[in-house]
Amino acid sequence: MLSYEEIIEKYEPALGLEVHVELGTKTKMFCGCPTEFGAEPNTQVCPVCLGMPGALPFVNERAIESTILIGLALNCSIAPWSRFARKNYFYPDMPKNFQISQYDEPICTDGYLDVEYETPEGMKTFRIEIERVHMEEDTGKSLHVGGATGRIHGAEYSLLDYNRAGIPLVEIVTKTVLGTESYAPQIAKAYVKELRDILRTLGVSDVKMEQGSLRCDANISLSPRGSGKLGTRSETKNVNSLRSVERAITSEMHRHAQRLEAGERVVQETRHFQEDSGTTRSGRSKEQAEDYRYFPEPDLLPVAPSAEWIEQLRGQLPERPSAHRARLQQLWQVPDKEMAAMINAGVVGVVEETVAEGADPTKARTWWLGEISRVANEREVEVVEMPITPKDVAEIIALVAAGDLTDKLARQVVEGVIAGEGSPAEVIAARGIKVVSDEGELVAAIERAIAAQPDTAQKVRDGNIPAAGALIGAVMKDTKGQADAARVRELLLGLLGQS
Amino acid sequence: MSELIYKSAAQLSESLAKKEVSAREVTQAHLDQIAKVDKAVQAFLFVDTEGALAQADQVDAARAKGENLGPLAGVPLALKDILAQEGIPTTCGSKILAGWRPPYSATVVKKLRAAGVVILGKTNMDEFAMGSSTENSAFGTTQNPWDLKRIPGGSGGGSAAALAAFEAPLAIGSDTGGSIRQPAALTGTVGVKPTYGGVSRYGVVAFSSSLDQVGPCARTVLDTALLHEVIAGHDDYDATSINAPTPPVVAAAKRADVKGMKIGVIKELSGDGYESGVSERFEESLEILRSQGATIEMVSCPNFDYGLAAYYLIAPSEASSNLARFDAMRYGLRVGDDGSRSAEEVMSMTRAAGFGREVKRRIILGTYALSAGYYDAYYGSAQKVRTLITQDFAKAFSSVDVLVSPTTPTVAFPIGEKSNDPVAMYLSDVATIPVNLAGVAAMSLPAGLSEGLPVGFQIIAPAMKDDRLYQVGAALERELAAKWGGVLTTKAPKLISAAGA
Ligand SMILES: [Zn+2]
Repeated sequence: MLSYEEIIEKYEPALGLEVHVELGTKTKMFCGCPTEFGAEPNTQVCPVCLGMPGALPFVNERAIESTILIGLALNCSIAPWSRFARKNYFYPDMPKNFQISQYDEPICTDGYLDVEYETPEGMKTFRIEIERVHMEEDTGKSLHVGGATGRIHGAEYSLLDYNRAGIPLVEIVTKTVLGTESYAPQIAKAYVKELRDILRTLGVSDVKMEQGSLRCDANISLSPRGSGKLGTRSETKNVNSLRSVERAITSEMHRHAQRLEAGERVVQETRHFQEDSGTTRSGRSKEQAEDYRYFPEPDLLPVAPSAEWIEQLRGQLPERPSAHRARLQQLWQVPDKEMAAMINAGVVGVVEETVAEGADPTKARTWWLGEISRVANEREVEVVEMPITPKDVAEIIALVAAGDLTDKLARQVVEGVIAGEGSPAEVIAARGIKVVSDEGELVAAIERAIAAQPDTAQKVRDGNIPAAGALIGAVMKDTKGQADAARVRELLLGLLGQS
Repeated sequence: MSELIYKSAAQLSESLAKKEVSAREVTQAHLDQIAKVDKAVQAFLFVDTEGALAQADQVDAARAKGENLGPLAGVPLALKDILAQEGIPTTCGSKILAGWRPPYSATVVKKLRAAGVVILGKTNMDEFAMGSSTENSAFGTTQNPWDLKRIPGGSGGGSAAALAAFEAPLAIGSDTGGSIRQPAALTGTVGVKPTYGGVSRYGVVAFSSSLDQVGPCARTVLDTALLHEVIAGHDDYDATSINAPTPPVVAAAKRADVKGMKIGVIKELSGDGYESGVSERFEESLEILRSQGATIEMVSCPNFDYGLAAYYLIAPSEASSNLARFDAMRYGLRVGDDGSRSAEEVMSMTRAAGFGREVKRRIILGTYALSAGYYDAYYGSAQKVRTLITQDFAKAFSSVDVLVSPTTPTVAFPIGEKSNDPVAMYLSDVATIPVNLAGVAAMSLPAGLSEGLPVGFQIIAPAMKDDRLYQVGAALERELAAKWGGVLTTKAPKLISAAGA
């Protein structure tokens, strides 16, 4: 088996990413049903989204507006005239047995998104070209009950929930991305993350991967260097977190390379990512033969946004995340390397929010990049997915600044919040964390330490200041770490005549 | 009381307004007629006796309170079973929908109810409106009141026969390739396919979305106009409905004047294939219009020759997609669900059992026409023909106000004659189909009899000029009725009472 370095040496990876975003409109794409997540099954439905005989779709203007905003944010051309099309296939969770989508006439085309990534050779910008952004409706959900796998095969019966049917979806499709080389998995992840940030800033979606409001299908192929043509690609679905994007692509690169090395062909197919193993399994391989019989949707008029409307929406575009980050870097006086670390860890947003809660930018950065990142790494989740809010962090920073917590105690509070023990105040109360500031108690503890280590104390008296460390350590141990170490040192040196 | 059934909607409207008769009496008279003759005619799939009488009572109560009512309040109507009516069985002539009671009403149904029109029940039709004879209905064939051994036309044969059998003075049809006009022609009644987008399609079970249009049917041109005015207008629930005022159809029907109008005779819709009796009645009608002051000229629409072929690609293509929803998952028939089969198997078994032969034929045709590799040659080419036909109309309407032709090449044919020859059946609609392809408006009204059977005269107007149909139609009707001593249906053989006796 080839190592990753060897794979890159022999093959060039080509990426393709399809991201589905559920828009955050209040109502569905083609009817007036609400779109709230998590409602009782089949309570947010009507004749239109249930595909009742005779019911007709009507377009949600807000969904078109959101799609145009996305297109503009991704530097796309907005088509003055585009059409919906029917994608025909039978599936029980699709009420009409066709999906209203867009086919050869999408609303947004030919854009790009620049993705910044910190490589060992420094910060690099990768331009990801966008082929199209189009609108479609979501399907319902099937729940397969009984059987071992929760999949349709072997299930005793299936339940259908049409609440999701008809929720507006936007599909963002990249062109084939070349030139990411060994960073292909990281660039893919960085692209989805950047896209997610843009969509969040635009306010068009809540972009929660874990709830499925942002879904990514990752395509990858390897072509032998110098072959001059693209290899056969696989498409991995069910990639439900940013980390999974990176893992899925890495896993597929290994799988492709292994097949190619063994002289086998890569099959063009849909694969499913498996969180637990970090690998993919084969899905429907008949995909290639599927004929969706697309044709223009006769029940809807073409979408023809006026130039004025498009310009008005362009004027509404918020600051681009990259420009925003550059501005923050300036404002917070952060060195390039630090900024790159923040970007790569995906913490710029939370740091900004923490600062907005009144925290010092440097302190905020230190917490998010340090302790919180460390635990996130341990847990293999994204920093922003950690169960601690910018407000919590700002509160803790304020307590340290006021001298109510030491850095060490603050770490315990952070740990408690992450462990789900409640807000910082609740953690402090529940764990009985407090700075020992009663000087009498402290002095008593120091005296006990001096009495216990008379030789060490003598060394300090003789001017060997570093020797004080052992005594300070004993005091901290005695006070279960709750004393302010700086104050202990001060008092200790005073008592030993060194202040 | 039975005299009530022979009155026009306009006459009933007047009597009701003057309180000479109650809506309940009018409704009961028609229910009685249905009870008497519908065993023989089989126009209705469902008669809503209680509901109709309750609606009539509401109208009477409102009138007693002095409420301001529309002209058709209290007038009964027969509704084609393609329209969803809340709580009322809606089958579309198919086994696959047997027993389905929609949880909502079509916009047209809501408009009818709001206007106080009394809905008597649902009328028979070819399954999913696919056919020209009602022989494709899963629930039996409707008989033509003029000759019970003959078909009444289709798909809306039930609505047309109900009018000709005096079971209702008004009816609603839907017209995808002639389903209102062809039955109107074969039963001696009046039917209008409004401009595409003129009447909401919301709640109308879709056959071919880009061609389907709901329209009014009656025994007189004025009645048809009165009904047209009630059902037409913009609907937010139908994206293809036109947001513009409805053309002044009632005023046009009352004006009934063709002086100075230019009428074009479509060259391609005559000659071979048109029965001599049909051509004769057509020529006589032209003569009347000329004598009333209209100019008649020949107009060529060369691409109409491809209309039928294009239609039989576009309509099945759209139908193959529209009918995909009948899958046993949410409503309608479910076959084979015994716990051992997958959803896909149940879908497949249900569709195999639930759809009739003609529907299956068209689903297969349409699926094929849309397939990768065939799309451009079939669906794509058909759309090009459609554009050419639309251009033919535009060119013609640049020199004439309306176009005319016989509605159908033949009079009503015997039941069973064409049921095993789909192409012969398809040819029944050769003169009506171009209108749907171009989205323009058209009317069929009686032009007389050929060997005792009605002949239809078709008038075609540009989009959103539906009023011209009524203006020309009413003028022609006035002259013909004078000649016949009443509208054509009054000349129907005593067959009906014989059938009922
Ligand atoms: Zn809905």
